[in-house]
Amino acid sequence: MSALIINFTLNGEPANARVLAPLSLLDVLRDQLELPGSKNACEQGECGSCSVMLDDELVCSCLVMAGDIEGSRVTTVEGMANGRVLNAVQQAMHEAGAVQCGFCTPGIVVAATDLFEANPKPTTDEIKEALAGNICRCTGYGAIIRAFEDLAGTT
Amino acid sequence: MTTRSAKRVSPVRDGVGSSPLRPDGVPKLRGEFEYAQDLTAENMLWGATSRSPHPHARILSVDIGPALAIGGVHAVLLADDVPGRALFGLEHPDQPVLASTKVNYWGEPIAIVAAEDEDTARRAADAVVVEYEVLEPDIDPEEADAQDDVFRRMKIRRGDPDAAGSVVVEGVYEVGMQDQAPLGTEAGLAVPDGHGGVDLHATSQFVHVDQEQVVASLGLRSDQVRAHPTGVGGAFGAREDVNLHIHLCLLALHTGQPVKMVYDRSESFTGHVHRHPARMWYRHEADDRGRLVKVEARVLLDGGAYASTTAAVLANACYFVVGPYNCDNVFVDGAGVRTNNPPCGAMRGFGAVQVCIAYEAQMDKLAEALDIDPLEIRRRNALHRGDPMPTTGQIIDTPLPVIDVIDSLAAMPIPDSAATLPGGSGLTTEKEHVRRGVGYALGLKNLGFSEGFDDYAQARVRITDDGAVVETAAIEVGQGLVTVMAQIARSALGISAAEVRHVDTSKIDSAGSTSASRQTQVSGGAVLEASQNLRDRILVHHGGDDLSDDGVLSEGEVIVPMAVLAAEGWSETVTFRHPPTFAPDPDGQGTLHADFAVAGHRAVVDVDTELGLLTVVRVDTAQDVGKALNPESIRGQIEGGILQGVGLAVMEEIITEDGVIRNPNFTDYLLPTILDAPDVEALLIEEDGSWGPFGAKGVGEPPTISSTSAVLAAVRQATGREIPRAPVRPEDIAL
Ligand code: FES
Ligand code: FES
Repeated sequence: MSALIINFTLNGEPANARVLAPLSLLDVLRDQLELPGSKNACEQGECGSCSVMLDDELVCSCLVMAGDIEGSRVTTVEGMANGRVLNAVQQAMHEAGAVQCGFCTPGIVVAATDLFEANPKPTTDEIKEALAGNICRCTGYGAIIRAFEDLAGTT
Repeated sequence: MTTRSAKRVSPVRDGVGSSPLRPDGVPKLRGEFEYAQDLTAENMLWGATSRSPHPHARILSVDIGPALAIGGVHAVLLADDVPGRALFGLEHPDQPVLASTKVNYWGEPIAIVAAEDEDTARRAADAVVVEYEVLEPDIDPEEADAQDDVFRRMKIRRGDPDAAGSVVVEGVYEVGMQDQAPLGTEAGLAVPDGHGGVDLHATSQFVHVDQEQVVASLGLRSDQVRAHPTGVGGAFGAREDVNLHIHLCLLALHTGQPVKMVYDRSESFTGHVHRHPARMWYRHEADDRGRLVKVEARVLLDGGAYASTTAAVLANACYFVVGPYNCDNVFVDGAGVRTNNPPCGAMRGFGAVQVCIAYEAQMDKLAEALDIDPLEIRRRNALHRGDPMPTTGQIIDTPLPVIDVIDSLAAMPIPDSAATLPGGSGLTTEKEHVRRGVGYALGLKNLGFSEGFDDYAQARVRITDDGAVVETAAIEVGQGLVTVMAQIARSALGISAAEVRHVDTSKIDSAGSTSASRQTQVSGGAVLEASQNLRDRILVHHGGDDLSDDGVLSEGEVIVPMAVLAAEGWSETVTFRHPPTFAPDPDGQGTLHADFAVAGHRAVVDVDTELGLLTVVRVDTAQDVGKALNPESIRGQIEGGILQGVGLAVMEEIITEDGVIRNPNFTDYLLPTILDAPDVEALLIEEDGSWGPFGAKGVGEPPTISSTSAVLAAVRQATGREIPRAPVRPEDIAL
């Protein structure tokens, strides 16, 4: 099988990956590009822990074939903060106690950042709708909802 | 959330009673926290496991040739390659490290491989050729009980078997097999040290016991194996047993290279034990005022193929068979049986969950038979401090605010809310088909290890240039132990700069298991005592009267600066033990438990009786916490625990067919999403007197004990059906 070199933009920087087998974007990020922040909890598109932005779309990177991202912009959890400063979504989660084991956290950070960029004042129902694809086994979601209600100023 | 009767809180910043931000929060939010899944090493190989596709079969031959022939494969190991003890097991070793003659459950490991990349390792594992003689799987726990194929039988005989009440209620209850489903699967990295030893970094709840099992099966000296605490993506009981730990170390020592292994989700379903499915037969007799006269029960747990912790889970189920209620005459027969179903063991609640589903249904039946309010019948039977446990006769000598829990639940308003339409946006009914139900349940659980187990934890507190450092091998699985241990050190020392550092098994003695709701109490107890001793020694040595971030104080003046204390190298190591417990006598009697906690839940559900769908609208709770060391963190345990309980009540079940798991993935094993999460109001009840630090009790398990039962009670009220089974299925509620 011949290797395919794909070029794309990763967290604002040019990047490339060598794709031999039918690899997922998640595998490429974690194993080749040394960005393990995106997590693999199901590889089936069910848990959202691998969520990244692909161009302007929120996707499960476990379902995206790496060969298909030529020329795209990929933003992962590692690209969410402003340098060393947490973004507003991250800060709100930190303060609300919305992180326990943290395995769901990267995916939730990416999904919620996407939500707040599109809609800075989401209602509680909109928050829940936006995060319906992210499973958290630890928190029961209470602190996650409070974090984003606070951020939206809806409480 | 509110906390009742708060105690005086120490003045130090971020001490006990406050809710400081988690020290690992920022790295987790940035994607920089290192989990076992993320570890790498120079020259690293990937491991994979070849597993049985049959739940019961004789192994006739194994051919590893085709696997070895694949380019990039470095090793393929079988049972014969295990140099030490061929078996492992948390309570007693009965499970082959690798099966050689027979497989007893679906997915049992037969061969392990190491290869240059993950894909090659998995292909090689698939290429191992095993010839089987397939056998009929034994899957019926009743049959196993009849054959006396048991891991443990339990007998509780307390009081007068002829005692009789004026009202009798009976029931048969069933609980399905629940998965812990921690979001991080099993993962680890083993690194050979070049001198015949190995360093293991793997998902765990108890590194010292992993280390012992690796030492035994590898036939090494204890000092040759070091198990390191590493980042863990949730646990809930799934990481108490060894799974990939011995395999990784075998491969690393065999190849002389670091080896990493990560289970994928479907492998994870076979790679750890589950919550025991249960069948329970109950008979309650009460007087005409609803006071319990006699409880008789039979409890049958399916332990699956290997022992794991079935014996202890069964014991727990039997000891808590009555719940937090007084009763003088209790007779229980329990069996934890062996079958060819998936092995079962620890999951949050550890046996107390299953029986709670039965005893709370029984209490509601009694209430209905006598036309007494469900909370009132519980109040009339409530256990108090000083009462004997109904099952074991042990006098309860720590606080047990059952009455306060009941009264708090009764006093909590039910916020008005419009009826929801179960089924979400797609499958909905008309409002008139939606029935609202409200249900209550209480649950009782032991804290710490029981039945005479020597349950201890060691911790070390040092003064360094960074302030106080707590060293421990107690595993953080997400619950916030790293936060609370630092809080305890701060309050006890009077120094606010305090942090927790994990050290490997060679550098500190065991902290015991991160389970049984025990670490805050037991490891926390060690941190408290070490901090207090250290403070006393420093003050005596320097003639001071107080410690602060600036150093030793005397009458408010700094007499020895912190940098000097750090240079003096102060350190204190303490091994903390909770009050001793004892093995039961033949009738199951004795002082078997170190402490108890009670919690109560009130669930509100909307049931679509047409389509058999339901929404859990809210679950409110009052929980006995002793002393709330970190109220926000406790709230996180409560909300997370309640949702796992809701999951068991309404959706979570591993489906097996002839011993084979039919839904080993997140598409078919349903987990609650944010849309399924009920609103939660939590009241923390504080009462001084437990032996935990500052009177704290463990808080991890009580939220899961009775939340399931409360939801079932609410569904029962809404539908008028008996609902004798968890999880409840659409066909159970469609009228
Ligand atoms: S790992 Fe991609 S959705 Fe679960
Ligand atoms: S914090 Fe553990 S899965 Fe969300």
